[in-house]
Amino acid sequence: MRNTWADNPKSEPQGETPCPLSEILGLPHPYYHRSLSPTTPVTTTDLPLIQAQNVSRHYQLGASTILAVNDISLAIRPGEFVALLGSSGSGKSTFLNLLAGLDRPTSGAIHVRGRNLAAIDPVELARYRRDTVGMVFQSFNLLPRMTLAENVELPLRLAEVDRTERASRVQSALEHVRLAARSRHRPPELSGGEQQRGAIARALVNRPTILFADEPTGNLDSVNGEQILLLLQEIQTSLGMTIIMVTHERPLAERFASRIVTLGDGKLKSDTPNAAAALQPATGEAHR
Amino acid sequence: MKTRDLTELAFRNLREAILRNSLTTLGVAVGVASLVAMLSLGVGLQALASQKLNSSGLFDAVFVTSKRGMRGMNGDGDHPRRNQDKSAKSEPAKPLDETARQEFEKLPNVTEAYAQIRFLTEVRLNGNSFSTNVLGMPDSSRKTGSFDNITGRFFSSPTADEAILQSEFAKELNPQTASLVGQEITLRYAQRHENPPPDPNKPKDIDDELDDMMSGGGISIVSHDKKLRIVGIIDTDPSAGVGGFGGGRIFIPLRTAQEMRPAQGGDVGEFVRAGGSAKPTYMALTVRVKSPKNVLQLEEAIKKMGFNTFSLLDATRSLRLVFTVFDLFLGLFGSLALTVASLGIINTLVMAILERRREIGVLKALGATDRDVRSLFFAEAGAMGLVGGFCGVAIGWLIGQALTWGTTLYLKRQDLPGVKISYVPWWLAAGAIAFAVIVSLVAGLYPAARAAKLNPVEALRYE
Repeated sequence: MRNTWADNPKSEPQGETPCPLSEILGLPHPYYHRSLSPTTPVTTTDLPLIQAQNVSRHYQLGASTILAVNDISLAIRPGEFVALLGSSGSGKSTFLNLLAGLDRPTSGAIHVRGRNLAAIDPVELARYRRDTVGMVFQSFNLLPRMTLAENVELPLRLAEVDRTERASRVQSALEHVRLAARSRHRPPELSGGEQQRGAIARALVNRPTILFADEPTGNLDSVNGEQILLLLQEIQTSLGMTIIMVTHERPLAERFASRIVTLGDGKLKSDTPNAAAALQPATGEAHR
Repeated sequence: MKTRDLTELAFRNLREAILRNSLTTLGVAVGVASLVAMLSLGVGLQALASQKLNSSGLFDAVFVTSKRGMRGMNGDGDHPRRNQDKSAKSEPAKPLDETARQEFEKLPNVTEAYAQIRFLTEVRLNGNSFSTNVLGMPDSSRKTGSFDNITGRFFSSPTADEAILQSEFAKELNPQTASLVGQEITLRYAQRHENPPPDPNKPKDIDDELDDMMSGGGISIVSHDKKLRIVGIIDTDPSAGVGGFGGGRIFIPLRTAQEMRPAQGGDVGEFVRAGGSAKPTYMALTVRVKSPKNVLQLEEAIKKMGFNTFSLLDATRSLRLVFTVFDLFLGLFGSLALTVASLGIINTLVMAILERRREIGVLKALGATDRDVRSLFFAEAGAMGLVGGFCGVAIGWLIGQALTWGTTLYLKRQDLPGVKISYVPWWLAAGAIAFAVIVSLVAGLYPAARAAKLNPVEALRYE
């Protein structure tokens, strides 16, 4: 059963025609219905999808207080590909977890489509993660005892999607990341790149609005890392999905992200649009 | 998450750590098995005792005697003060005769009412004579289980001239008791004769007057012989006990016994009390009801009719109480093993949480609620309880069968009939499985709550 949280946008851009990828995935979200082609740079609206206001996250470690995220304010519009850059301990993963609803801020507010994640109850927050958010991790986090198809099916089980519908959605998601042939394999039988593509399929299968990626290339070699980012770019371009990616590799961020946000010591250091990435077409290299 | 998905995931998770989960489930199974074996023993022994007692015919029967035979002529005793108190409402005690028997048979829930006919006799076989008691058995006694272990057969008809011997007595006749079946014995006993009343119109001389004084209008006792064929020999005394069939060593059909008109112990006294009436009366009657629960109601009705009654219902109640306490203690001992098994479940699930910390984090990141995670661990605990419960009932049943087999083997070596001492009724099997699931779920409470409370960020960070 789909919850209504994600289906209750306050201000959504209305599209005209479905794009090819949304046809493959059967994605009904308004963002997927914009007039986009794989080679067309994404146009975003001025209304923010995510609005972080003076967000802080403090941890108590014995007598000392760790300011992991310190008073960050940020607005992210639909369709943006945002890279959160920063060195280790800069607070970028903590900030990503807050935006993804995995954690709650100590102070401040995070509004997603007008609702404050800091104020909703745990069940609503879980539904937000289930229906609005897709997560990709550095270490893939596929469950090793399940096959790839079963891993991809897991969010659909949690969302109580009908069994009859599940198989086709899993198949579509796997086809999109070109892993349909490996659906019966277990994660240890897959390469790192394949595992990360499987994780992306799992993140997409529940038709989220926002994709959060926490160092998705961190455990991959440069070739596989580039393929994953090309895949993410294709998803962002073709589906108009909002992607927020944590990375510490500036060259990759500059090549693929449409906006680069730099954090340091838990604070926002810089927030710049990346016009160069907008000129990079999704070449389809990820299909190879 | 839907129940089916939850169940699938739970069984999948259990299959992954197959050895550890199997051992934990085996622990539950052993606990349930001990519980089932203990309780099946209690239930079996209770059923055995009930069966033996019911087959004795003591608990669905009311024994009726006339008040005439009790302490005084009116059965209320001859205590002067008591007689004084009750003098206003005292009535002459009713005779326990055929009329009374027929009235008893018409009472609600009564299945039969029959006289107890027991008399002394001299048995003659191959020129030897032996003194013993003869007892009339109603035809219904063939269904009570009293004659289940008979060598030979039960009476061919309710009026057959046949006899069944009690084995101890049969050994006196011939140590090779089985060879007695088919032989003919002669019973010599005292027969009751009712004399015709004297003819008042007949002219009498002094001899006639003397004859009238000695016999006319009264009863006489004469020696009589009756030939019977031995058809069976039984080891046990059927339904021995107060007022029951007990005390007989030769059993004959009740109607055959009635037709033999043997003199009963109370005949002379009854004749005198009845003022010289020759109408036959019974020393005691047995009135059977459909179920022991009808006994109290029947006793009340018969007492109102002016007779004394006696039943062993109170003894049954005491017996049930004893067995209930017995079962309770057996259940408690059996539950101890299940309690230990529940600790195993807690341990297994806590270990699973540690091992699957990251998995829990992933589930939460994908949108699982605390309730989903809690339900998953609950389902795993419940699945262990369910599988353990089924296996435990099967093992417990096997233990019970082994106990029954061993006991029967031992009893047969002692020349005693085998008994079924263990019995697993459906409610015990279902109750044990349900109990195992409940105990497992309770054991899963803490691990499930702990898993549900895991912070997803910390869980995802766990290596």
